[in-house]
Amino acid sequence: MDVLLLSRLQFALTIMFHYLFPPLTIGLGVVLVFLQAQWLWTKQEIYHNAARFWTRIFGLNFALGVVTGIVMEFEFGTNWAVYSRYVGDVFGSALAAEGIFAFFLESGFLAILLFGWNRVGPKMHFFATLMVCLGGIFSSIWIVVANSWQQTPAGFEIREHMVNGIAFPRAEITDFWAMVFNPSTIDRLIHVWLGAFILGAFFVMSISAWYLLKGRHLEFAKRSFTGALLLATVSSLAQLVSGHFQADSVAEHQPAKLAAFEGHFETSADATAYIFGWPDQEAREVKYGVGVPGLLSVLVGFDPDYVVQGLDDLEEDYGEPPVWLAFQAYHIMIAIGMMFIGSTLTASFFWWRGTLFEQRWLLWYFVFAVLPAFVANEAGWVAAEVGRQPWIVYPTIINGEVTGGLRTSEALSEAVKAEHVLTSIIGFGLIYSLLFVLWIFLLNRKIQHGPDPLGETKLETADLRDVASGRVDHAKSLTQDIKEPENNPDSPSTTQE
Amino acid sequence: MDWQTLWFWLLGVLLAGYAILDGFDLGVAMLHFVGRDDKERRLILNSVGPLWDGNEVWLVTFGGALFAAFPEAYATAFSGFYLAFMLLLYCLIFRAISIEFRGKVKSANWRRIWDVGFCVSSSLAALLFGVAIGAAMTGVPLSQRGVFVGNFFHQISPYALTVGAMTMALLAMHGANYLYLKTEGELQARFKPWRWRTFFVFLALFLVVSVWTLATIDRATQNLKEYPWGWVVVVLNVLAIFNLPRGLYHKKPITAFVSSSCMIAAFVFLFGFTLWPNLVTSNPNPEHSLTIYNSSSSIGTLKLMTLVAVIGAPFILSYTAIMYWTFRGKVELDEHSY
Repeated sequence: MDVLLLSRLQFALTIMFHYLFPPLTIGLGVVLVFLQAQWLWTKQEIYHNAARFWTRIFGLNFALGVVTGIVMEFEFGTNWAVYSRYVGDVFGSALAAEGIFAFFLESGFLAILLFGWNRVGPKMHFFATLMVCLGGIFSSIWIVVANSWQQTPAGFEIREHMVNGIAFPRAEITDFWAMVFNPSTIDRLIHVWLGAFILGAFFVMSISAWYLLKGRHLEFAKRSFTGALLLATVSSLAQLVSGHFQADSVAEHQPAKLAAFEGHFETSADATAYIFGWPDQEAREVKYGVGVPGLLSVLVGFDPDYVVQGLDDLEEDYGEPPVWLAFQAYHIMIAIGMMFIGSTLTASFFWWRGTLFEQRWLLWYFVFAVLPAFVANEAGWVAAEVGRQPWIVYPTIINGEVTGGLRTSEALSEAVKAEHVLTSIIGFGLIYSLLFVLWIFLLNRKIQHGPDPLGETKLETADLRDVASGRVDHAKSLTQDIKEPENNPDSPSTTQE
Repeated sequence: MDWQTLWFWLLGVLLAGYAILDGFDLGVAMLHFVGRDDKERRLILNSVGPLWDGNEVWLVTFGGALFAAFPEAYATAFSGFYLAFMLLLYCLIFRAISIEFRGKVKSANWRRIWDVGFCVSSSLAALLFGVAIGAAMTGVPLSQRGVFVGNFFHQISPYALTVGAMTMALLAMHGANYLYLKTEGELQARFKPWRWRTFFVFLALFLVVSVWTLATIDRATQNLKEYPWGWVVVVLNVLAIFNLPRGLYHKKPITAFVSSSCMIAAFVFLFGFTLWPNLVTSNPNPEHSLTIYNSSSSIGTLKLMTLVAVIGAPFILSYTAIMYWTFRGKVELDEHSY
């Protein structure tokens, strides 16, 4: 096996595992701020309880996000040293800014959020929650800035740098704000945030729907579910708009990537947008494709006769990305997005009718819908990064001339051998598998435990109470018909929110 | 002072901040098994529970700042020491999940596994940091382009391993002093002898490393000849080393903890002082070294980063102050502890 393939595999493995957590904690962070604000405002203990429950879940996910995130920072240097030398001036400063502006904020107030319940007042605790949420958002800003710069570089110049008499070209910042607000930053940032909100909301809905189906923690579950449903519906609809702008931006700045997304091998007017298909890169066609002819031209140029460049025209300058993977990831993401729009609108309709919690089939759907929400976030990452290949830093093409840019194959560490990378992949594979199993195991335990019952909590009695409440809930689930309480007109979930 | 020098200093500040802060929680982990039962170990763990994550951010920011300010040095060091860095990553992951997962299941075996994970991964991380410092002191083979061309044994020389052992002893001592401050009663009494034991182990290793360094590494004294004011730090370091047993003897635990903090700061300073103006020293061809000048980013970026640091520093200090103030005093267990 060669170093290039192994290093790419390692990066994909470690970042995809890492990317399970940050969108989730960003989404959950918003939920926590909302719950704590509600508690401060209404003084209803149910919000306090809900905040405590989701904070415990948040803490577990956050810890895993932090440890898997450190790996990413190291890997730029360990596996992609030439890349680091080439982009350190630009990319490194965004990463350092992330540390200075986001990580310190996040970690300092995380301590107060997780451990400060009895040490600081409710207002300070709310402030800490807000800061942790903000820290996550700041963090995403800098990391998306750095990544967007790789996709659509701006505000830099390629200059010669001398090391011990040997010159080599590298990117240096000439305009900081142009670098930060490069052509794709804003679109991608909004897309990433909405993806995070959707994931956070579906995560909350999944657990709440399960409680509703099992007849446990009903009041808590209804409020959590409806709050999250609102967030999910709005975000899913907004994501459709954001996705469109995103695709337009790709069409303008990374035409080869768009061609890969759509399996558009030959330049043509009346270009097809596929619903699904099986692109064959060797035969240069999309097999078994079902699509709408002309739709791609309309989406990109607002005109069915608009000529969309195909890979045949682009590959000379840009090289050819792995079409199959980019195509499938892109289409999976869109298909899931559409499914979410449909399902959240359906659920909202039943909510409006006041019969949402009677639709057991819909609740079962929401129990499992968190999985596609994870998949959509991951697929978005795969589409963005694979579509960029064979470039690690995308080139700028002016009048048919390729300037700047760095090929992935040329970005590797010179000092690292294949067996080193293979060893480390095995290490990561083992550790991450263990982490994954433990994550699911502990998440399940926390969900089984559920929110604390209403009433004052004390350390000495906590264990006993947990057991007791578990029994009560279990008993309830056996005897109580789930449909009964929902018809109560006083139920806050149907009248409030 | 030029911009590169400023950033060399600022990186030193970040590294010292990391070594002092995460130093005590690594040290605490090394002494984890001084706690005899579950409650004592929970107390030990929770003495650093809310703080370790924030402490580790100093390392993350150090890495980011090195990447941004001296990308050549970052790329050479990280790719050259590939396996060591991977091992360090595994340690940091294990340490974090040991802390996070230990209290999540009420089972003696479960907790024992994570107790071992916490102690072993932290000890190994401390060793690796020390080995990295030792290897950086002796220098490693670099090509003219500044790329690592050595093998694994250039990184784990006997000297580097000895520096690693000294680092472990230093941090264990730092952790013992910290734990003495944060605990009370029976548990506190248990750390009393450990403060002395770790001190004597450290002192012995310190003498060995000092003699070894002076005898084999020319660079160690070169800068002291050129910049004699460096002696001030050497003297201060020695004073701190003697101030620590004085603090212990006179029952002033805060003095002891401050002394171990000062020692760590002095060691980081002397490490930087020895390297200066190199970041990665080439051995055997010193002319291939990566200095702060041939490995730095552009001046524009260094200026920009300075602005970022100037804006960020007051915030960082205030978050740190709020965090340490909130969790001041003796460690207590409540329902929100690990």
